[in-house]
Amino acid sequence: MVTAKVHGVNDFIQEISAMPGGEKINLCIQCGTCSASCPNANKMDYTPRELIALARAGMRDEVLSSNTMWLCLSCYLCTVRCPRGIVPTYIMHALEHLSMRHYRTRPRVRTARLYRLFSDTVHAFGMIPRLGCMMAYFLQTNPLKALRMIRPALGLLTHGRMPIKAHKLEPEPMKQLKAILDKAEAMGGL
Amino acid sequence: MKYYSYFPGCCMHEETPMYDSSARAVAKALDVELIELDDWNCCGSTPYTVVDELAAFCCCARNLALAEKRGFDLVAACSDCYLILSRTNQHFQHYPEIRAKITEALAAGGLEYHGTVRVRHILDVFANDISSDEIKSRVKVDLSNLKVAPYYGCQVVRPAPSFDDLENPQSLDRLTESLGAKVVPYPLKARCCGGSLILSEDEIVLGLIRKLLENAQANSADLIVTVCPFCQVNLDAYQGAVNRRFKTNFHIPVLFFTQLMGIAFGIDRKTLGLHHNIVSADKILKTLVKV
Repeated sequence: MVTAKVHGVNDFIQEISAMPGGEKINLCIQCGTCSASCPNANKMDYTPRELIALARAGMRDEVLSSNTMWLCLSCYLCTVRCPRGIVPTYIMHALEHLSMRHYRTRPRVRTARLYRLFSDTVHAFGMIPRLGCMMAYFLQTNPLKALRMIRPALGLLTHGRMPIKAHKLEPEPMKQLKAILDKAEAMGGL
Repeated sequence: MKYYSYFPGCCMHEETPMYDSSARAVAKALDVELIELDDWNCCGSTPYTVVDELAAFCCCARNLALAEKRGFDLVAACSDCYLILSRTNQHFQHYPEIRAKITEALAAGGLEYHGTVRVRHILDVFANDISSDEIKSRVKVDLSNLKVAPYYGCQVVRPAPSFDDLENPQSLDRLTESLGAKVVPYPLKARCCGGSLILSEDEIVLGLIRKLLENAQANSADLIVTVCPFCQVNLDAYQGAVNRRFKTNFHIPVLFFTQLMGIAFGIDRKTLGLHHNIVSADKILKTLVKV
């Protein structure tokens, strides 16, 4: 409960409720339907139900340093089953976003690197060229792990499913997309 | 003739060219005109939403604005693109502040959007806009010996109720039956394949893929059909990795539903891109399909 005292109980929950999809977090009745539905609940530091309880107790650091939201697959099974109409998937996305800001220089989990890389690539090319993206990701995280991915990657490559040449948006539409995205980023998010 | 704007998505240029070519060929056979959206950009997918939600919405809104100019429904073949584009539409309509910000950002690119585009999944189009009688009338090849597990994955049916049940969808089952193939029970049909977390959390995701393959095999499926590029890549390209990791011996071809439609319609192998499938379907098709 130390965290709650430092940051204030309501700050954190208000931060989450202010994000689209996070509004209903306070309606949670702790029934655990989300955790029972989640394919990855048993791999998480805290189950989705526990994470919501921690967030409501204002335990910001515990929540944002956990691996829970980063194991969310965005399969929305919790969301369609929640009896209170909460959207746990969007709450997970919101927590991922906050965690990313919290640990900007040293993300705690690999998925954060992957997500950042994907979004930077969309911003730069308007598309996601897979080969370049995968190579950059493994160089940034664990080049040795790339060895485990070599066989699936070769399978894709030899079946004409991983073009060497990156597919990009044409210069004119790219200019338009960039103008839109730069403007969006300048507005500083939602 | 029915007309749609078509949003292929990045996967069609990368891992799943056969989804694109088979979808176009099948559409042609059914008098459906899929007009590719000019100069479309990546939908941004879930990762962009996490990093910068507003920019992610604007990324999609550009595509929606381009589609609105043309006026047809916007059809996505990838379930992730479908979900992300639909979500942008919903947030645009439900949150006036988000709408205002998207409108302002689009204006910087000389575009405007009014929220009128209907986003559809290509499964919805082939299963619901085309009658099963029409599908049946195009079938030239007998698939009655083929046992098929229809795999929907997650994002084509969730989160918002749209054209099918959220947890026990039926449209692909019906479509597969119209093609003359046998549909086997597939209880995990709407469970997640792990998506792009295969790159960052491969240990966990290989386990999810294993369950899906096991479930298909336990129900004696000859092959799996799917509607999403991520599902196809995970189940097909990582099937070998699952076998090595868990000492299993799966050999289950994973086709796009449009490839199976094409086989039934007698469209040639090359157009359907069957050579792109890593777990080859050739042997099964040779023994079980009578031309």
